Amino acid sequence: MIERKPVTFLLLATGVIMIGTVVTMIAPFRWINDPKLRIAEVKPYTPLQLEGRDIYIREGCNNCHTQTVRPLLADVERYGDYSKPGEFVYDQPFLWGSRRTGPDLARIGGKYPDAWHYKHMADPQSMVPRSNMPKYAFLVRPLDAGLTEKKMKALKFPYIPADIEALKGKTEMDAMVAYLQKLGNDIHWRKAAQAAVAGELKNPFQDTATVLPEGKDIYDKNCAQCHGADFKGGVGPSLADIDKPEAETFKTVYSGVSAGGMPAFGDSLGKERVWKVVAYLKSRQRR
Amino acid sequence: MDQQEAYADDVVKGFITWSIVWGLVAVLLGVFISLQLAWPQLNLPPYLTYGRLRPIHTNAGIFGWGIGSFMAFFFYITQRLTRTRLWSPGLARVQLWLFNFVIALAAVTLALGITRSKEYAELEWPVALLVVVLWVIFSINIIMTIIKRREEQMYISLWYILACLVGVAVLYLVNNAGIPVSLTKSYSAYAGANDANVQWWYGHNAVAMVLTAPPLALFYYYLPKSTGVPIYSHRMGVIAFWSLIFMYLWTGAHHLLWTPVPDWVQTLAMAFSVMLIAPSWAAVFNGYFSMNGQWHQMRENYLVKFLIFGITFYGLQTIQGPSQAVRTFSAFIHYTDWVPGHVHMGTLGWVSLIIFAAIYYTVPRIYGREIYSVGLANLHFWLAVTGQLIFSITMWIAGIQQATMLHASNPDGSLHYSFMETLVEMYPYWHARAGGGIIYFVSLLVFIYNIIKTTTSGKPVAVAQIV
Repeated sequence: MIERKPVTFLLLATGVIMIGTVVTMIAPFRWINDPKLRIAEVKPYTPLQLEGRDIYIREGCNNCHTQTVRPLLADVERYGDYSKPGEFVYDQPFLWGSRRTGPDLARIGGKYPDAWHYKHMADPQSMVPRSNMPKYAFLVRPLDAGLTEKKMKALKFPYIPADIEALKGKTEMDAMVAYLQKLGNDIHWRKAAQAAVAGELKNPFQDTATVLPEGKDIYDKNCAQCHGADFKGGVGPSLADIDKPEAETFKTVYSGVSAGGMPAFGDSLGKERVWKVVAYLKSRQRR
Repeated sequence: MDQQEAYADDVVKGFITWSIVWGLVAVLLGVFISLQLAWPQLNLPPYLTYGRLRPIHTNAGIFGWGIGSFMAFFFYITQRLTRTRLWSPGLARVQLWLFNFVIALAAVTLALGITRSKEYAELEWPVALLVVVLWVIFSINIIMTIIKRREEQMYISLWYILACLVGVAVLYLVNNAGIPVSLTKSYSAYAGANDANVQWWYGHNAVAMVLTAPPLALFYYYLPKSTGVPIYSHRMGVIAFWSLIFMYLWTGAHHLLWTPVPDWVQTLAMAFSVMLIAPSWAAVFNGYFSMNGQWHQMRENYLVKFLIFGITFYGLQTIQGPSQAVRTFSAFIHYTDWVPGHVHMGTLGWVSLIIFAAIYYTVPRIYGREIYSVGLANLHFWLAVTGQLIFSITMWIAGIQQATMLHASNPDGSLHYSFMETLVEMYPYWHARAGGGIIYFVSLLVFIYNIIKTTTSGKPVAVAQIV
């Protein structure tokens, strides 16, 4: 009987444990990160981005932020295109996380301009009222690049000496922002998603004054952090004397302007609410 | 037995003491970081931010409190079940020193931001290497004691102990493989989706090998010891044991449903998770049936109350876990506060209640004194259960509310709520959760007071009981 033979018992228990291990953990090595799943646009991290990633790890950002968008309607609309296996082949370790105390960051790259991140990292509540994120103002200290070259070699990432040289004078904050701006931005999903706006662009709320309070509310929650509660601008340009046709304003808000750092609000707000905020902006212009 | 032959219990005392210290640290930190979530100004960068403190909380809880007390009781139980003195008490003493050094070093390095970032495997490679040394000397001591045993039959508790020793070793070695860059920095040996799959194979089976097998070993030993009647069915225990350690290893990817890990790995994990209800509940019902004709002890014997409530929380945990592992339900509640609610029913309810029972049973015996106050033990019990239930229930409600809000959409298909609109709804729940944590912390203070008084001024009893 096995309960009389501890060594046999140990070997048998190990064998039993190894069955599931081999099938679900060891065997998948063959299929996960398969060359066929690689995506040519996805590039390794630059030295600055890698240092930023290491600061992300050091500060334990993954305890509150995930980095994987699930193929679910709510996830895709809120964060962007769902995550592909080929996007993570340079991630050692992976940083998918397990709890979204804050939003997912898999597609944060290119969503906001750099200036937004600098202000938000230093004082999150100044950009997002009632956010519970800690302040990371201390990251403005100089970046220690002593290990960078060794790190790039360890991970077999390509670099030229000038990249390492360029780290001189950079702060930890610079590295962090560089990393965040790369996240999920290698594949051109934003452009693909933009094709969605089509048809006649006429504001259904053109003469409906009753939507203006809601329009103001949408503005205060989504726009004011960059364009100012007083419309005088900040991270984004001033809207004090915006003078554009409504259809054009709609397009800008709905699809964003990736070159200018204006995020797209179409997926999260939907057409109706975008038109309401456009009506609100227009109403101010008429004054 | 003469003095030379007596059981080596000094080291049991040492591990009990230190595991309680680390448990107190874990709960105190847990309360602090729960307050940080509600009041972000309590973050004191760079060292005392939520991002750096949360891993110290989990490591102190799982490894300091959990593993620390399991080391104590593995030493205690193994000696009794084998009727053999510990193979090397000297090595066990070295182990106690190394254990405390490693946990303290873990806390310091994590606060400094030295971390591998993989959950429950955060410790950088030099610290992880010390953990390996620790585990090797622990395993040798237990296995050698079992090999030179005087009792031929190995009771089921020893099975769970052996499974834990080998299971943890395999998991830890594989998931900690890395590429060192310096003494304080390394990168995972695996990349992306592969790394995720390895990590959650580890993460979920750490739950199996650290938070399931050892408390079951304790339960199977301390329930019959406390009630005075044997376990209901040895055969049911045997079947449950083998199916548990077989099925658990397939389920890691239920932490990765809807991620870029291959679908078939996810589906297997989902199926095996549901199947795991059977062996889990076999242990639960083995406990309940052992109480046949003994239920009156729930009123009369505080140890039984801890053990039966503990196994009941295990039963609830192992029905909730498999339901969360189903794709549709996971899509809804994953990444919300539901999950911390679930985890803490397991840790504060199941695992900790069993450990409390083991400490209450063991301390009077190894110190040769009666428990100082049964009344205080009862107070500890009710405070702990109340605190834990407030914690878990508020988190479940919070999770359901946030999930509902995050998934709510408008008629045109757009999202009804922004992320921040869902977050601000969490604040009242976070206040309530911190309240639950504080009650649990107070229960620990009552517990510690009772144990200290027992060891210093409990009524002496004649030590005679062997086995």
